[in-house]
Order: sequence, then C-alpha cells, then structure tokens
Amino acid sequence: MQQFLQQLINGLSLGSIYALIALGYTMVYGIIKLINFAHGDMYMIGAYIGYMGITVFHLPFFPALIFSMAFCAVLGMVIERIAYKPLRNATRIAALITAIGVSFFLEYTTMRFMGAEVKTFPAVLSDKSWIIYGLRINFQQIVIFATSIILMILLQIIVRRTKIGRAMRAVSVDADAAKLMGVDVNATISFTFAIGSALAAAAGILVGVYYNSINPLMGMAPGLKAFVAAVFGGIGIIPGAMVGGFAIGLTETMVSGYASSLYKDAVVYVLLILILLLKPSGLLGKNKKEKV
Amino acid sequence: MSFLKVSKITKNFGGLCAVSNVSLEVEKGELVGLIGPNGAGKTTLFNLLTGVYTPTSGTIELTDNGKTTKLSSLPPYKITQNGVARTFQNIRLFKERTVLDNVKIAMNNQVHYGIFGALLRLPSFYRDEATIDTNARELLKKVQLDDKWDTLAKNLPYGQQRQLEIARALATGAKLLFLDEPAAGMNPQETQNLTTFIREIRKDMDLTIVLIEHDMSLVMKICERIFVLDYGKLIAGGTSEEIRNNRSVIEAYLGEEEN
Amino acid sequence: MNTTIFSRKNLLWTVFIVALFTLIEVLMMADIIGAYYKITLMLIGINVILAVGLNIIIGITGQFSLGHAGFMSVGAYSCAITIKMFPTWWGFGLGILIGLGITFVIALLVAIPTLRLKGDYLAIATLGVGEIIRIVILNMNITNKAAGLSSIPMLNSFPLLFGFATLSVILSANFKNSAVGRACIGIKEDEIAAEAMGINTTRYKTMAFVFGALLASVAGALYASTFYVIKPESFGFAKSIDILVIVVFGGMGSLTGSVVATLALGVISLLLQPFAELRMIIYAVALIAVMVLRPQGLMGNYEFSLPKLFQRKKRKGDVA
Repeated sequence: MQQFLQQLINGLSLGSIYALIALGYTMVYGIIKLINFAHGDMYMIGAYIGYMGITVFHLPFFPALIFSMAFCAVLGMVIERIAYKPLRNATRIAALITAIGVSFFLEYTTMRFMGAEVKTFPAVLSDKSWIIYGLRINFQQIVIFATSIILMILLQIIVRRTKIGRAMRAVSVDADAAKLMGVDVNATISFTFAIGSALAAAAGILVGVYYNSINPLMGMAPGLKAFVAAVFGGIGIIPGAMVGGFAIGLTETMVSGYASSLYKDAVVYVLLILILLLKPSGLLGKNKKEKV
Repeated sequence: MSFLKVSKITKNFGGLCAVSNVSLEVEKGELVGLIGPNGAGKTTLFNLLTGVYTPTSGTIELTDNGKTTKLSSLPPYKITQNGVARTFQNIRLFKERTVLDNVKIAMNNQVHYGIFGALLRLPSFYRDEATIDTNARELLKKVQLDDKWDTLAKNLPYGQQRQLEIARALATGAKLLFLDEPAAGMNPQETQNLTTFIREIRKDMDLTIVLIEHDMSLVMKICERIFVLDYGKLIAGGTSEEIRNNRSVIEAYLGEEEN
Repeated sequence: MNTTIFSRKNLLWTVFIVALFTLIEVLMMADIIGAYYKITLMLIGINVILAVGLNIIIGITGQFSLGHAGFMSVGAYSCAITIKMFPTWWGFGLGILIGLGITFVIALLVAIPTLRLKGDYLAIATLGVGEIIRIVILNMNITNKAAGLSSIPMLNSFPLLFGFATLSVILSANFKNSAVGRACIGIKEDEIAAEAMGINTTRYKTMAFVFGALLASVAGALYASTFYVIKPESFGFAKSIDILVIVVFGGMGSLTGSVVATLALGVISLLLQPFAELRMIIYAVALIAVMVLRPQGLMGNYEFSLPKLFQRKKRKGDVA
C-alpha cells in the first residue's frame, strides 16, 4: 500500500509535467488541427532559457520561470508566423513535415550553441523532503504540482472568462465563422501558440530543477508522451489534456514501480495505439464522422 | 421479386433520426426519382444503400437472376462489386489523375492479375492492361469524353466533370446506378444534354437508375416513378402525375396552408 | 501499349542500367572513387531502397508512416544474427529471408489495426510502432541490447547492392504502374470515392504498407552486412525522418524523385560532413523551406521516361 501511495505521489508530479506540455499540444491542435511536433522541443528550450537566466543573469527561481515563459511565448509566436502560417491551407502531411523540420532546427541549434552534452541545472529550489506516514514528499515535487495546478487554473480562467479565450474557442470550432464574427483569427492563433509554449517552458524549468540536468534532446520522449496524454484525454479538449497528463504520468510511474522501468516507454506507446484504435476521440472527446 | 427491395430502413445518429422506417421497391430497368426538401434524408438514404452508413435497423436486398443478396451489412466496395454504383453530390473525382485513369481505377475489378502479376510483369499483366485500356477508351467514347482522355480531372469544365463522375460509376460495370444530384449547378442546356444522356445510357447499357434531384423539370420529364422523403420519412411514392398533385408533397415543399 | 516484357522501353532501361553500373565499377577500380566515397555510394544505394519503399506507402497510397526505420532494424538484426552464425553466401540469403519473414508478420499485424486511422493519427501510431520495435530490440538478449552487434561479416559488396537497389526501383515502378498502383493512388486521392468504385481499400493499403516494409527489411539486411556494427539507435525515429526527408524532397509519388533526392542528399550530406550539427540545421531549414515554397518536392508527380527522352530527341532532329 505504501509503495502504491509513494508511486502515486511520484506519478502526480510527473503527471503535472505531462499535463502542462499536453495542454500546448491540445490547444494548437484544437485551433489549427496541427500536431506541433516541435512542442516537445519548446519544453527543452524553456529549460535552457531558465538555465541561462539563472547562471548568466543570476535570477532566482520564480523570475527565471517568468522570464523563460515569456521568452518561449514569443518564440512560439515567431515560429507560428514563419513556419506554420504559410501552410494553413496545405495538406496535413505538409504541415506535419514542417513541424518536424522546426523540431530538428530547435534541437540542433541548441546543440550547436549550448553543446550536445548534458548540463547540470543549478539547484535553485530547496532539496528538502519530508517523511509523512512513511511517504517521502519532496519540496520540489510540491512546487511542481502547485505551479502546474496554478497555471492550469489560470488557463481555465483565460479560456472561459476572457474575450480572447472565447475567441480561441470560436476559432477551434469554425475559423471562418469566427472571422465573420469579427474575431482576429491570426492574432488568436498567435496567442494560442504563445500560451502553449509558455506552459511547455514552465514544464521544462520545473523538470530541470527536479532532475538537475538538461540536454538538447530532452524534449523528445516527454514530448511524445505528452502527445499521447493529449490524445488520451481527447485531443483539442483542454480538460482532456489535464486528465490525460495525469493518467499517463501515473501509468508510467506504476509500470516503472511495479513492472519494469525498461518497458515503461513502450507501454505508453502501446496505450497510444490502443486509444487510437478503440476511441480515437479520447476519453472526453466526441466522435466526428466525415460527411459524405 | 423486385430488383431492389428496401425494407423499413432506419438510421439514427445519436439522438437524431435521419431516416425513419423507409420501405420502397424498384423494378429492374426502372428510372426512379427521389425528391424532398433539403435535409430530408435523401443523401443519407443513398449512403445507406451504398454501404457508407450501416442501417440502425431494416434491410436492403438486391435480387438479380433469381439470386438475392443482402446489401445492408456489406462494406461499400463489396456493394459495388455486386453491381451497384453511385455518384456523389459534391463531385469526388480523382482530381490529379487523368480522365482515362479515373475510369481505369473504376474498372479495377475487371483485372485478374494480382500483386505478383504486377511485380513480375507476367503475361496476364499485359493482357489485362490491354483489355482495360481498350474498354476504358470505349466507355469514354460512349460518353464523349474520349478526346479529353489525358486531361487531368481537375482541369475539366464543370459539366464534363459531372459526366466523368457518371462515366466512372458506369465503368464499375454496375447495373444499378444511384445518381446524387447529377444536374446540380448546370444551366438549362447542360441539363437538357444530361437528360438525353441518362435516357441513352439507361437504354444502351440496360441500367436501373435511381436519382436524387432538386431540378423538378428533369425529375418530372425523365422519372417513371418518384419517391418523396420529408424529415426522414417516405411520404409519397407514385408516378410524376400522382406526385405533382399529392397534398403532403406540396405541403412538405411549400409549408402548410394557413387556414 | 507494351504487350510483353520484351519491349523497347525495357531494352533501353537495361542498357542504361548496365552502362551506369559499368561506369561506376570502372571508376572504383581506377580508384577515382576511393574507399571513402565508396561507403557513401553504398549508403546511397541502401537509402534508395528505403526511399522507394516509403514512397509507395506515403507518396502513392497516401498513408503517412513514420515508423519505417523499425522495419529496417528487423531486417538488419535478423540478417546480422544469421550471418554471424553462418558467415557464408547461404547464410546471407537465409538472413535476408528470415528478415523478410519476420517483417512480413509484423507489418501485417501493424497494418490491419492502424491503417484504419487517418492522417495525423496514423503518423503518430506508426511512430509509436517504430519506437516499440526499437525498445524491444534494445531489451532483448539475442540482439545484445544497447551494445548492439559487431563483427558482422561484411558480405555485402557494391555489385550486390547495386543489383538490389535496381531491383527495388523496378519492383516499385511495377507496383505503381499497374492496377494495384492505380487503386492505391485512387485511395490517396479520395478514399471514400475509391471505396465506392469497388476498391477494397483495406486490402490495398495493407499491400502497399507490407511492400514498403519488406523493402525496408532488405535495406536493413544490406546495411548490417556493410557496416560491421549495428546498434538500436541507428534505426530510431531520426532514421525514419531521414528517409521521409528524401521522399518529400524528391516529390511524394515520384519514384524518379526519390532516386534523385537520395543521390542529391547523399552528396550534400557528404559535403557537409565536417560540419555535423550545422548539417542538421541546414537540413531542418531546407525541409521547412521546401514545405513552404515547393511542397510538391523536386519532381512533383513527374516520372522520368527513357523512351520519351529518345522520342523528343528524334523529333528535334526531324525539325532540323
């Protein structure tokens, strides 16, 4: 039982990370039907920017977090303008391939300028941990979980209670109709990328702090798993990404704890294929059939 | 036994009932029309008849030469292989392929060499390819598209695209043809040509045709019998004369009389 | 219309291929193409097989598969394990056949459920499959886990590779220019219409997928017998992307494009070798640029035709 609860705690912090990344995937897919392959790399860039903020500008943790989120928000918007906007009317394959190109570009540019080796992330958050009822809880885990929850609540407020949030929802459903209603579709899409990228950046820094290390390819596996999480919860549906993130995080830690950590990644991919076959619209999604 | 027998076909999409308890029969060689206001369920019925949708309940049977086949549980390609073909409301040609290729693709079932014949270029490959080529060109000549055989489908003028749609359906060797709004977007002259065309192919190729149309002049002129759908239900069926004077049909199109 | 396999077109092609082969062999023997370039040529040959196979899946049938390297690894490891046990020609043949067999089964198992998916979902599912294959290989004892296999007998040679590459291109062209190919193209253009025209779309999608997978398997076997060492990471997502880039650059649907692009990118890769990371950055930028500026790739839908080339020359001569 104790092991179970311990894994639960670990799973929740891992899940928060996946949820933050998954939100970016789901929002972008919801609004322009693109699987942003480069999103996992935005998470990596966020970690590196945070790293630079701390080591070069000597920022403490939270300012570094804000700085990184802001930087990545802008970067996300720039990428959208240059690489994705021209392909808005192209085939999905073309857009996906471009996204792959962007992903490679981010990875190898980082490698070129920061080195390909693993870097140690400075320990800016206290390493303290407590033992409660035999369960070990780390201060950093609490920060990760709390930050994620706060960001997700902020996101929900933006999406549900603000004008831009309403615009996002409108463009997701029907971009042309939204345009006719006076919504600035381009700005809304840019904004969506900005928020998604900011959330991914936050995830990146949190992971950097927790695991103490970052490397240019750190975005690949979490990126893919976060995507699985987004699909699992229902791609395009924001609460779905949150549910999916925690589900995948918990699954991974449980498999790791009880079965074998070697196959934990494979299990996640198998889960992906199963969802796509059984209920592609995801847990919270609705089935949509093509009109003939 | 009638050629096509539709018995109590119903289709529900979640809470929405698109087609409700529709029964009708079509005899071999007939030219039948299916009309009704927009949203009445006509294309949905076509989709059910051609296997794109599975009926929630009811059956569809095809009887030819004494053999009855139940169509309602078959996938679309099998239905086509049973001699039933269709055209689409919003033309679905293979846009980047030539006119000839569009027809050849529809003739795929006449090809007997399999993957090995193709990969190893066995004699059966050359034989069947020559046959298909000849047959395809003949068909194009019949529909007067033979001079455009190497034009890309997307570059054809609209009227000829609709013609190609029909030619493609004919190429499958079908005996029962479902035409979904074949005259949509056509001017009166084109519609006249189409009317003649449909009459001719029906006679030449011994076809049974069911068509959905909104152009009443076409329907009244050419259809021997007409079925009327409204809100997913069959509200009338009879000759053009009977339908023209049918109260419920008039109400369905024009709304109820104010009393 | 050709009526038999002994046509003017096939004769012209045979002459062309034999001439090309002879030219390259002569250049190699004269040491104009040195050992370093020979390795590049071998790699290009292997990539040609991978590219045309993937083009049949993606370019001709429109099924976006991102797990191609997975099938390559199955072929590579099957062959490597076999020829380490039997380092003879027979062993080599056996190794290739075993690879083909295993790949066939896996491809079929994967195809049947996943080819129901469309577009992006199919891409991600096949990506997942490729990763699953890689992880399984990474954790099996017979494949020596992460350390990979080494001291693999180098039974491959340029003539053998050239032969396989030529065969792959021929088979792919035969696939494309047949009723099977036409059906697949119809599926790519409009799957619902193709189905309505009597085409069993599941069957043809599976055929194309398995065909491409089998070619990848052969490429893997040839890779293993050329490069002495294989590791799981040689066949990861990055390799799948490498081949995808070639197919996209060359033009999805154009086999000529795939061959030309493999050559071009192979040469560019060679020239950029000293600038390893810069090469990838340029690759990435070029990929984005192609998609934004010329999404149909280098050759679009165009296929090179040898008889047509001579026809044009003849006509030009007549006018003069």
